[in-house]
Amino acid sequence: MIHGRPVLAAFGHALPWAIAIAYFYLAPYALSFGTQVMIWILFAMSLDLALGYAGILTLGHAGFFGLGAYAAGLFAIHVSPDPILGHLVAVALTALFGAITGAMILHTSGVTFLMLTLAIVSMLSEYANQARGLTGGDDGLQGIRLDPIFGVFEFNIFGKTAYVYAAVVLFGWFLFAWRIVHSTFGRSVDGIRQNPRRMRAIGTPVWWRLLAIYTISAAMAGSAGALSAHSTRFVGLSVLSLLTSGIVTVALILGGTRRLYGAFVGATTYFVVQDWSAKISPFFWEFVVGGMLIVTVLLLDGGLLDLGPAVVRLRDRWRAGTEGK
Amino acid sequence: MLSFALTVLLDGISYGMILFLISVGLTVTMGLMRVVNLAHGAFAMIGGYVAGYLTQQGANFYLAVIGGAVAAATLGAIAEMTIYRPLYRKGELSQVLLTVGIVFVATGAVTGIFGAFPYPVVFPAYLTRPIDIGFREYPAYRLFLIAVGAAIAAVLWLVLDGSTYGARLRAAVDNPSMARAVGIDVNLLFTVTFIIGCALAGLGGAIGAGILSLEPAYALKYIVLFLVVVIVGGEGSFGGSFVAAIALGIIDTLGKYFVPEAAAYLLYAAVFALLLWRPRGLLPPKSAA
Repeated sequence: MIHGRPVLAAFGHALPWAIAIAYFYLAPYALSFGTQVMIWILFAMSLDLALGYAGILTLGHAGFFGLGAYAAGLFAIHVSPDPILGHLVAVALTALFGAITGAMILHTSGVTFLMLTLAIVSMLSEYANQARGLTGGDDGLQGIRLDPIFGVFEFNIFGKTAYVYAAVVLFGWFLFAWRIVHSTFGRSVDGIRQNPRRMRAIGTPVWWRLLAIYTISAAMAGSAGALSAHSTRFVGLSVLSLLTSGIVTVALILGGTRRLYGAFVGATTYFVVQDWSAKISPFFWEFVVGGMLIVTVLLLDGGLLDLGPAVVRLRDRWRAGTEGK
Repeated sequence: MLSFALTVLLDGISYGMILFLISVGLTVTMGLMRVVNLAHGAFAMIGGYVAGYLTQQGANFYLAVIGGAVAAATLGAIAEMTIYRPLYRKGELSQVLLTVGIVFVATGAVTGIFGAFPYPVVFPAYLTRPIDIGFREYPAYRLFLIAVGAAIAAVLWLVLDGSTYGARLRAAVDNPSMARAVGIDVNLLFTVTFIIGCALAGLGGAIGAGILSLEPAYALKYIVLFLVVVIVGGEGSFGGSFVAAIALGIIDTLGKYFVPEAAAYLLYAAVFALLLWRPRGLLPPKSAA
């Protein structure tokens, strides 16, 4: 991203992280909320790579998030309570799962692809529901115990460790995603979204590129799932539901696709609105979020980050209209 | 053995009939207008809730079911004219998102009005009793579902196969631009068909409430099933959705009898395998083949 005003741009890039640091000191009583928001920012960012940049129409990302969460939780219970090792294993496993399922379904597109992703996430969900001995079924996976990170920072009820842990992981993935979307690989994926046939004609290995970005996206979503399992020490069956896929899509679209920062704006907006409207009435948040989604799709092509430009466009159109008379 | 096989068959067919009734409208939306409509389950849910409310107020069951269908059709008409129309020109992503938005709004509205708990439709007493069908006692309710489903399927088949409306609709599904070129008002045709589809979904949601129980999560919970019927049958293929719905009902019932712990899992695995093998469904309409 090249700006004419580098100071302003640097300020813009620093802003989300400054907010994250300020929040840590200003709202120590609500750190679990902040942790949850950062986890969903990461999750939405993973979807941005697949859906936004590569144009892969999926409702199956809950599968990766849930798989990462269950993998991290089960690893902590049955293998080792080391959070970093558990996180890495969860990420590797979801990446593998993304690569295998992606290889099976990425030759299809559109509605067929959408249905295949739904079938995969439904299979996972049904499996997790039936395998009560392993996953706890609809009671959820309980009894996750974690060692302190590096043997020093303990996970506790105040959630300071979880917050910093989530922030550091998010920052790492953000740098990685930033690097990817500004690489030639990222440009070619963007080209595939715009016109797969033309990209194939100029010699791009379309299927391989899609598989690569899908796998990376799966790993990121799995990482978000692992963070979720570690920070709450609980995995509920709902992580694998269609609602989870729906919420992350809403969070991404509200903020705007193909910006990376869209995930930051969208996920934060989503959870603030959810928190605020659920206080008014427990059902109200679905109503509000649904309404926001409808308005965003019908009026704002680029999500909330497009609000400014959209107002300018409307003003210009109105001016053009009055001048024409 | 034979009586067991017949029982499984009846269970499967009655379940399949419900799936067919609700999904037949969706096959039009997706086949004719190429709109990915994830909100279809919401119309079935609304029909069910309205019928449930009316029966709880003591209304006649059949009038209540018609009331549910009319409510779903009315909301369908409003949604088609205001929200869906701008969608036809947009991409699949926008359609998915917007219809997910409608599902959220419908879920929130239903929770707000009727509460978060499962909501019963009061069936007349004679439907809740088992009746003797020769070799065993069988729930009258399921026979009722089969009768209604078969009757509506027969009417749909007669209309689609025999009337000018049906011929136009099939022409528009097979080739919308050619249909427009010979003077068929495809948009009007679609609006009418969309409304009928919503009415059938509302009807299915109401009479099927004994199997697919009404709750706020209904619209999201069962939409995958309805989509499976449409996609497996082939988008825009009426016969295909009928076959797919009945097959799905029977497979699911068989699974529940023989491998209860893996039934739902196997169903999705079968759908997954089938879609990889035939991405356009079992019986795709001619133009899509």
